[in-house]
Amino acid sequence: MLLQGNEAVVEGALVAGCRFFAGYPITPASEISEILSIKLPRLDGSFIQMEDEIASLGAVIGASLAGVKSMTATSGPGFSLMQENLGFAIIAEVPCVIVNVMRGGPSTGLPTFPSQSDVMQARWGTHGDHPAIALSASTVRECYEMTVKAFNLSEKFRTPVVLLMDEVVAHMREKMVLSDEEEIEVFNRVKPTVPPEWYIPYEDTPGGVPAMANFGEGYRYHVTGLTHDVRGFPTSRPDEIGPFIARLHRKISQHFSEIQMAEFFQTEDAEITIVAYGCVARSARRAMIEAREKGIKVGLLKLVTIWPFARAAVERVLQKSRILLVPEMNMGQISREVKRVNPGVAKVFTLNKVDGTIITPDEILNRITEVS
Amino acid sequence: MGEVTKVIYKYLRHDKKFPHVWCPGCGIGIMLGALIRAIDRVGLEKDEVVLVSGIGCSGRLPVYVDFNTLHTTHGRALTFATGVKLAKPSLKVIVIMGDGDAVAIGGNHFIHAARRNIDVTSIILNNSIYGMTGGQYSPTTPYGMRSSTTVYSNIEQAFKISELAVTAGAVFVGRGTVYQAKLLDSLIEKAILKPGFSVVEVIAHCHTQYGRQNRLGNAVEMMEWQRDHAVTVEKAASMAPEGLQDKIVIGVLVDKELPVYQEEYEKIRERAKATIGR
Repeated sequence: MLLQGNEAVVEGALVAGCRFFAGYPITPASEISEILSIKLPRLDGSFIQMEDEIASLGAVIGASLAGVKSMTATSGPGFSLMQENLGFAIIAEVPCVIVNVMRGGPSTGLPTFPSQSDVMQARWGTHGDHPAIALSASTVRECYEMTVKAFNLSEKFRTPVVLLMDEVVAHMREKMVLSDEEEIEVFNRVKPTVPPEWYIPYEDTPGGVPAMANFGEGYRYHVTGLTHDVRGFPTSRPDEIGPFIARLHRKISQHFSEIQMAEFFQTEDAEITIVAYGCVARSARRAMIEAREKGIKVGLLKLVTIWPFARAAVERVLQKSRILLVPEMNMGQISREVKRVNPGVAKVFTLNKVDGTIITPDEILNRITEVS
Repeated sequence: MGEVTKVIYKYLRHDKKFPHVWCPGCGIGIMLGALIRAIDRVGLEKDEVVLVSGIGCSGRLPVYVDFNTLHTTHGRALTFATGVKLAKPSLKVIVIMGDGDAVAIGGNHFIHAARRNIDVTSIILNNSIYGMTGGQYSPTTPYGMRSSTTVYSNIEQAFKISELAVTAGAVFVGRGTVYQAKLLDSLIEKAILKPGFSVVEVIAHCHTQYGRQNRLGNAVEMMEWQRDHAVTVEKAASMAPEGLQDKIVIGVLVDKELPVYQEEYEKIRERAKATIGR
């Protein structure tokens, strides 16, 4: 069937088991709200339009604590408002999914134009030291798959997961064959199996992720945004604070290989590798093909997981190529990361565009000619 | 142990969480007692109660009691409560807020929760000040009063929380003081039993901050002020507006019927299902 990126997000969410959505109207993410307002009540789920994005994420966290997989969808200005409760979901370890269809900023910026300028906000937008998981999508198919993946990762690691889309991918229509639900792997949060009196809600475990009891299932415990001990009670003891914050990070860093997704296209013999994500990865692939036709050995590393940064994947192409080119629709947010992990063996070039238009294959090709 | 104490003892979390954070003489404990007695009288199971709070002195209340407890971000308690209630309507959701929490940073959430008529009970402790952060003026600090950030005088007019709730559409609104603890018990009980968005405003003293900065005396003297200035709804009806200027009108201010959000949403589900395949 012919699907729009935003429509594919909805299909992915429903297959993943999402049954609660709270949101606030915003371009270019509104289709997700509109379609879920029709589909969720049919499935005995709930849709609610809240008074703002702060409230939206608050309701999403509340619903998740009550045991229902939940999500919201927004764009830059709304994502800014969500930073407060995003931090809450991180510290209280509440699974939820936030779709951010990026548009040009800062502030109201360019409501109907594409952008990739919230990449760093997805990493550092909420205050305090915290881990972050953010995925991206460059095709309609990926909008679907990464929404499912976002739910799975959030349930598995008890953390909010951000899906960074851009206006191009969100509104683009592509042919997509929806697979049978049986083929899709869906992960549900691990619940406690011990009796309530033995339940330790924020217990350290080998995997770093404690079992999660839903409200109303007999495990009465305390959920707070304050730094807490393993019982969930606020603590000011250094010997409890340190290990807790360390565990929050470790539960993600220990599973990098499972979280970090990237795709390699003709990177084995590439002298120049393009590192791209989102809609720019599409232009990059075309540029790669055209460059090869001209005899320039170009490869493409497509980042699917944005955070945690796929260091291992970048290091792999750094060993092969003498030049890395990072085209982005921002002033250079991922290129900084690429430069950070580059030990100096390769040259890293950027191609930044912030005028509300997409980066075309020709522009990438020209830049390749310039730097090679 | 007295009967009343036994009731409270039954609901407290005895492992690790005491002593509590509140100042000696604080009114929050009286409000907590009233809440527990009301829950006990209604006969709710511990497992079916979700107690949600925001930030501030009142935000610390849920941690001491043995329910499903959720201490959220400042002003946002009602948004979390909305999610919990919609996701699992069988749960009884009670929200504890302070005055700054409910009508400053959370003012927008407060009026919209009332407008939607979500089946949630809000209990707002109004002590006219930001106590925990050191006594800065709140939206309910009266005109002309002193605080850490209005040392020359407060030039803003105060919100009347209950009246705001009435205007925003809450189906049950009651106001009491921590001096009149028995009235508080019955107001909270009625609010819990009321389907839809119910509000109980609890007038309390903060002798540590508001009282000290305005030379209003100790906790006992401030509670005596509550006693001397409280007027029942019935009596207030026969009083001239001038006479009510410095009075606290206590009792049930509104008790009306409006469609409850969750019940309405059930109908939406039925309508949505009827469109499948069309």
